[in-house]
Amino acid sequence: MSALSDAALRRLRDAAEAPDLTGTKYEIVGRIGQGGMGTVYRARDRELGREIALKVVRLPEGAPDIAARMMREARTLALLEHPGIVPIHDVGTLADGRVFYAMKLVRGAPLHELPGVSLPERLTIVERVCEAVAFAHAHGVVHRDLKPQNVMVGAFGEVLVMDWGVAKIVGDTTVSLGVGSVAGTDEHAEPTTGHGVVLGTPGYMAPEQAAGDPSLVDARADVYAIGALLRDLCTGNPESTHSDGAGDVPRPLRAIIRRAMSPDPRDRYSDVTALAHDVAAFRAGDRVTAYNENLFERARRLALRHSTPILLVLAYLLMRLTFLAVFGR
Amino acid sequence: MGSFPATRHSVVAGIASPDIHARRVAFDALVSAYWRPVYKYVRIKWRRDRDDAADLTQEFFARAFEKGSLGRFEPARARFRTFLRLCLDGFVANEIKARGRLKRGGDVSFVPLDFAAAEHELSTHPAAHGAGAASHADHDEDDLFRQEWVRGLFSDAVGALRASCEAAGKTKQFAVFQRYDLDDNADVRPTYAQLASELAIPVTQVTNYLAFARRELRRLLLERLRSLCATDEEFRLEARELLGADPTSRPA
Repeated sequence: MSALSDAALRRLRDAAEAPDLTGTKYEIVGRIGQGGMGTVYRARDRELGREIALKVVRLPEGAPDIAARMMREARTLALLEHPGIVPIHDVGTLADGRVFYAMKLVRGAPLHELPGVSLPERLTIVERVCEAVAFAHAHGVVHRDLKPQNVMVGAFGEVLVMDWGVAKIVGDTTVSLGVGSVAGTDEHAEPTTGHGVVLGTPGYMAPEQAAGDPSLVDARADVYAIGALLRDLCTGNPESTHSDGAGDVPRPLRAIIRRAMSPDPRDRYSDVTALAHDVAAFRAGDRVTAYNENLFERARRLALRHSTPILLVLAYLLMRLTFLAVFGR
Repeated sequence: MGSFPATRHSVVAGIASPDIHARRVAFDALVSAYWRPVYKYVRIKWRRDRDDAADLTQEFFARAFEKGSLGRFEPARARFRTFLRLCLDGFVANEIKARGRLKRGGDVSFVPLDFAAAEHELSTHPAAHGAGAASHADHDEDDLFRQEWVRGLFSDAVGALRASCEAAGKTKQFAVFQRYDLDDNADVRPTYAQLASELAIPVTQVTNYLAFARRELRRLLLERLRSLCATDEEFRLEARELLGADPTSRPA
C-alpha cells in the first residue's frame, strides 16, 4: 500500500473517528466542530427526517462509571424546556462506548459575530439570556461557561444559550454534565470537575470559579459572566475580568456591569433576575438599583424618560406666551 | 507492508525480548511502522541527501537491533514514538560527527524499504522544499515525525483492510469505502446516491458498507496501535489522539 496523500489521510482520520451509529436512527452529514470534550456533527434523524446536532463526548479516563453518570445528568438537563435553552432530543451510548447527545441544530450567529445591533437590541439580548439562565438556576443548574460564543441569535431574533458542557447541577460538585455545544466548542473544557481543575473561559469566569474549587461556585458565577457579556456588548471590546468598560458607556450601565462583575460574589446581584431587572430598567429609562444618581442626573433621566409630555407642555406654554404677547396688550 | 505480527503482543516489548527470534519479528514490525517517518525526518530535519538519508535510516535500525538501544525504553518517561525520535536525533548527530571514521551500513537487514517511493511522497511535502532554510522548531519536527507515523499506520491499516475484504469476497464494501473515504482524485465526495448508482447497490447498502469498512479500519488501526505501544496507558493516549475515543471503554 503506497503512502496516503494529506487529503486522503484527513478523510480517513475523520472516517475512523466518525462515531459508529449502527443501531441508531442517525447518520452523519458533516462535522461542525471539535473541542476539548468531543466532536459535534451535523447529523440527520432518518425517522423524523430532520437535521440535528450530534455531540459525541470523549470519555475521561479513570472513571468507569462516568458514562452512566453523564447520561443521568443529561436527562436532568433535558428537563430544562425553555425557548432560550437548546433542547436535547436524545442521549445514548455508541457501540464504542462513547456517549452521544442529539440536540436541536441551531442556525444563527453567535453573539460576537452579530452585525450592526443597536444598544437597546443588545440589552434585550442580555435580558433573554438572563431569562434562560434564571430558568436553569431555578432547576438547580449553573451554566459556568457563559460567553458570546455560547449565545446564538437566530434568524428571527430568538436567543439561545448553548454549550452546557461544563454546567453544574447544584449539590453535585464532582461531575459536570458533559453535554454541549452545537456551534461552539470549548478547548478549555474538560468533562470532570474536581478541586484544582478550572473550568470556564478566562475573561468571563468569576474569580471563585477561576480558583478551581467547585464548591464555591453557585448561580452568582453566571451573574458575573453575564456582566462580562454585557461589558462586551456595550464596549465591543473584551477587557480584563475587572474592567467595566469605559468610553461612552452610560454611567448607570457601567454601574450595572461593575456590580455584576464584583470580585466578591456577595457584592453582585443576588441572582440573574435582579440583573435582568436593572438592565430592563436602564433600557426603559428608569432608575437602576446599581447606581446612585445625583439630582441633576435624575432630572435629566426623567426629562428623557418623559420627553414627550414635557415637550407637549412646553409647546403649550410657548403657544400661550405667544398668544398673550400678541393679543394680551 | 503487512508485516505486523499476528498476535497482539507489543512490538515494543518484543524488541527487548531475550529470544532472538521474537526480537527479530518485533524489529521487522517496528521497521515497517517507522522507517518512512525516520527517513523523511532525516531528510527534512537533518537535511541529508537521499542516499545519505537512506543509509542513515537503515543503519539506525541495524544499530538499534545490534545494541538493543530501543529496548531500554522507559514508558514512565515518554511515549515510545518520542523516545525513538530522540534516539534517532542522537544517532544522526553522532554519525555526522564521526563521518569518515566509521564503517557505513550494518550487517543486519530487515523488511525491504522502498526509499524511492518515500522520496516520491516527500516531493510533495512543503517542508522538503525548504532544504536551505533554518532548521524547524522542535514541535514542528515532532509534528512531522508524528504525521508520517500516523500516515504509515493508516496506510498499513488500509492495506490490511483491502486484503481482508478481498479475501472475504467483500470487494464492494471496500469499493464504497475507497470511493467515499480514500479517493482524493475527486474534488468533491460522491453522494451516497451516486455511489449506489455507480456500484448498482441500494443506497441503504452504501451506508451499511461504509459503516462496515470504517469499523474494520478502526479495528485494524487499534490492533496496530496496540502492538506499537509499550503500555496500556500509552495505547489509550495514542488511541484517544488518533481516534477520539478510549478504546478500552465498553457500551454501558
